Amino acid sequence: MAEALFRPLSSRDGLAARWSDGRSMASVAAQFVKPNSRLTSVERLEIYARSYWFRVLDCLYEDYPGLRAVLGERRFLKLATAFLSQYPSASFSLRNLGSRLPQFIVDEPASAGPHAALAADMARFEWAQVVAFDGPALPALTQDDVLDAGPGLRVALQPCVTVMECAYPVDDLLLALKKTALRGEASNALSSMPRSRPAARPRLPRPMKTFVAVHRQEGMLYFKRLEPEAYAILTALRDGRTLSAACAAALCEAGPGIDWAARVREWFRTWQSLGWFCRRLKRGRA
Amino acid sequence: MPANPFNNHTEYGIGIGLRVPHYRHILEKKPVVDWFEIISENFMVDGGRPLEVLDKILEQYRVVQHGVSMYFGSADKPNREHLKRLRNLARRTHTPWLSDHLCWGSVDGRYTHDLLPMPYTFAVAKHTASKVREVRDFVEVPVCVENVSSYAEFHQSEMTEWEFLSEVVERADCGILLDVNNIYVSSKNHGFDPYEYLNNVPHHRVGQIHIAGHTKFKKYLLDTHDHPVLDPVWKLYAHAIKLCGHTATLLEWDDRIPSFDEVHHEALKATRALGPAAQPAGDPVAA
Repeated sequence: MAEALFRPLSSRDGLAARWSDGRSMASVAAQFVKPNSRLTSVERLEIYARSYWFRVLDCLYEDYPGLRAVLGERRFLKLATAFLSQYPSASFSLRNLGSRLPQFIVDEPASAGPHAALAADMARFEWAQVVAFDGPALPALTQDDVLDAGPGLRVALQPCVTVMECAYPVDDLLLALKKTALRGEASNALSSMPRSRPAARPRLPRPMKTFVAVHRQEGMLYFKRLEPEAYAILTALRDGRTLSAACAAALCEAGPGIDWAARVREWFRTWQSLGWFCRRLKRGRA
Repeated sequence: MPANPFNNHTEYGIGIGLRVPHYRHILEKKPVVDWFEIISENFMVDGGRPLEVLDKILEQYRVVQHGVSMYFGSADKPNREHLKRLRNLARRTHTPWLSDHLCWGSVDGRYTHDLLPMPYTFAVAKHTASKVREVRDFVEVPVCVENVSSYAEFHQSEMTEWEFLSEVVERADCGILLDVNNIYVSSKNHGFDPYEYLNNVPHHRVGQIHIAGHTKFKKYLLDTHDHPVLDPVWKLYAHAIKLCGHTATLLEWDDRIPSFDEVHHEALKATRALGPAAQPAGDPVAA
């Protein structure tokens, strides 16, 4: 039964006409599902197949509204179906269903069409929001913690904070799309194809190297544009470098005429107030 | 006197499902509600808003956990990570009992996220009961298993659904979350008498009841949880209460969710069968 459900639906949202070995789906279904006076075996099985696909597609629709807007409804549906065929859910929670979609787009750029690079950026950016929404947060380091430890301190970024470099300004694009911050819930009640609020096809942005952090405050999602040097410091800290080494590496090619010491102090004040730093756990894992 | 040994001897009345569209209303208005049912999986996360909201709810209300992906009927062993997260959540909520469905939904580590029907055989009942026991022993909370709506039956089946349900819960020595809407939906889809179903389950094991709305299609009924409860289901519910006595009752409304007051008002109609004692005092909706 499960194999029948995992097979993509036909163009009329029904079960495929043929089983993988060439037998008719009707004859395969009749082997294990009883018909009744109103429905054949395959029609009864089809109710479950539709329910499965509508549910998992709905989950991706909800987690990736920006990607939908970039690709358009038809290409998004095709991409999502190809992705789910290759990577059916491996978790008890639908929350994790789309975790591999960003990498899938990188691995299969043709599936995203002519805007694959933008699509890959947007998918990474939207998955970072899922992580920020309900990812773990460890006790945040205070200013005193950092000052007491000095420049040799190795800190970690909170696991729910993602800093990323994008080839496109996906944060501006998503703001323009007015994505709602809340995600939905698990439910087993679903009767129809995802009620896609057809994402208006936006004007797609031109490439522009963009550095952005995705984080949460008081349960709400935020994204914050970063300067390149700030991004370099944060990624160096994330990767385990000491405070002084991270700053030195990030600023080695920084331009003159700027009081970098003051700027870095200001950045750290902000990051700390946002609670982005936590202690680095043993074995270098946050 | 304990309400039921399978829901940890609690005396719960009418509850409703805790859903995102109602968060703000509940946190700001603090309406009088006897208890909330949460979908466990929505809160088995590492942090963020879901747990922040849950903790605020727990300051004010009693919460009971309901799961959608334990899949007692799947051949796979229970997922250890799932069990640990479920136990952690149970310790957070102090849920007096927890429930999940009498169904399967995963195979070889792949999840359908659906409540799939099982072949009603003695071998499957034995396997399912052993998984129920394993979950209960790990989480250390009484477990109730819920009958699901179904749209297919298997040639393999050796007994009726109610006989299968009875076989599982007797073997597992667990409770039943009796979903009367699911009984009604399945009775129409499979052509059995829902009252025969109700009359033949072990009533002393019913620790909770679900009521919900469904949708009528041309050839079958679908359990959609997007409508008020229909009259035949209310009648079935009243019969269930006669058989089982006072039982914690929960209205499920999961899609096209109306205002909190509308959902709560619909749930409180269960008072007609349960009696006024089930209704929290001073409730503004019911007044």
